[in-house]
Amino acid sequence: MDLRRTMLFIPGNNPSMLQNGGVFGADSVILDVEDAVAPGEKDAARLLVAHALRNVDYGRSETVVRINTLDTFGKEDIRAIVPCEPDLLLIPKVETCADIKEALSLVIEAEQPGQKPVNLVALLETPRGIAEAYNIAQADKRVVAIALGAEDYTAALGANRTKAGTEIFTARTIVVNAAAAAGIQSIDTPFTDANDEEGLLEDTIVAKQLGFKGKLSINPRQIDVIHSVFNPTAHDIDWAEQVIEAIRRAEAEGSGVASLNGKMVDAPVVNRAERILHLARMLGMVKEAE
Amino acid sequence: MGKIFTTAQAGTLESSDIMITVVPAAEGDGVIIELESIVMAQYGSAIRKTLTEVIADQGISDIYMKAVDRGALDCTIRARALAALGRAGAVPKGEML
Repeated sequence: MDLRRTMLFIPGNNPSMLQNGGVFGADSVILDVEDAVAPGEKDAARLLVAHALRNVDYGRSETVVRINTLDTFGKEDIRAIVPCEPDLLLIPKVETCADIKEALSLVIEAEQPGQKPVNLVALLETPRGIAEAYNIAQADKRVVAIALGAEDYTAALGANRTKAGTEIFTARTIVVNAAAAAGIQSIDTPFTDANDEEGLLEDTIVAKQLGFKGKLSINPRQIDVIHSVFNPTAHDIDWAEQVIEAIRRAEAEGSGVASLNGKMVDAPVVNRAERILHLARMLGMVKEAE
Repeated sequence: MGKIFTTAQAGTLESSDIMITVVPAAEGDGVIIELESIVMAQYGSAIRKTLTEVIADQGISDIYMKAVDRGALDCTIRARALAALGRAGAVPKGEML
């Protein structure tokens, strides 16, 4: 599974930011031709992002393009962007499984012979989208993650957006559960005050606690804080290694049941330990398993 | 043969960008490029070459283009030139998306 602790938005009509998007260390960069671009500049941003995808080195960051909705400029975006081989498209305001299927058929139509398939992330930012989260998450195997967009969502609810985030608690848990049920990743809404590092930290801790695998980000300054929360700690890694060792020992002794410090080690515990070690290996925090 | 029909502009004067204005020219006037750049001494001829290529790729033989460069990369120059030509009514060809 790919690492998507941070997915950083880069305005699609800003050459300076587009050419430097790879230096911030985000797991994914989202070249945005939707909300970050004025309607009269959509054509120019689309060209700029297409040329950036073909010419700019984004290093280890996965490349994602947030296109416009299909009823505005989205179809033209797909035709222009897909042949430039981004890793993913972020589809905004997805409300139904049919939205995904329509986008996907356009993506497949736009793909050139031999090119790498372009996968999708669905951005759920309406009450309907949240209600349909599971159907959207399992709409196609090319949907690799669903993400929550809380600003539009709370506006549609008529709820005030607060720092504590109680108004999005239900949506968050629905998104996490739907993604887990479909076997894909869940990505949390961005924390929109780029100057409030403490607030970002608290918000990210909540997101991780709920089960999100990463967070959208609107400013490069947010990346280190978000990574610090999603990265496994030395204590996590130590515990996970002990769990794996305990289950190996039990298997060698012909027993299906293991215990660690008096606590039972069963399949869910082993799965959790394996996830932590997998993440730690991807981040180079432990050596590759022999 | 490609053609533009109206005056159009794309890009900005922000750092790393280039602002390009195109104006239709009479048949036989040829390609006239007026370039200003903060890196004229180092990259002036390369920028001019890129602009000439984009215009030629679109099959346009008569055009007046003014480009004010603020240190744009080659891919930005191409994207902005194509955006300006598209806005001026050029029919897309080749890499013009």
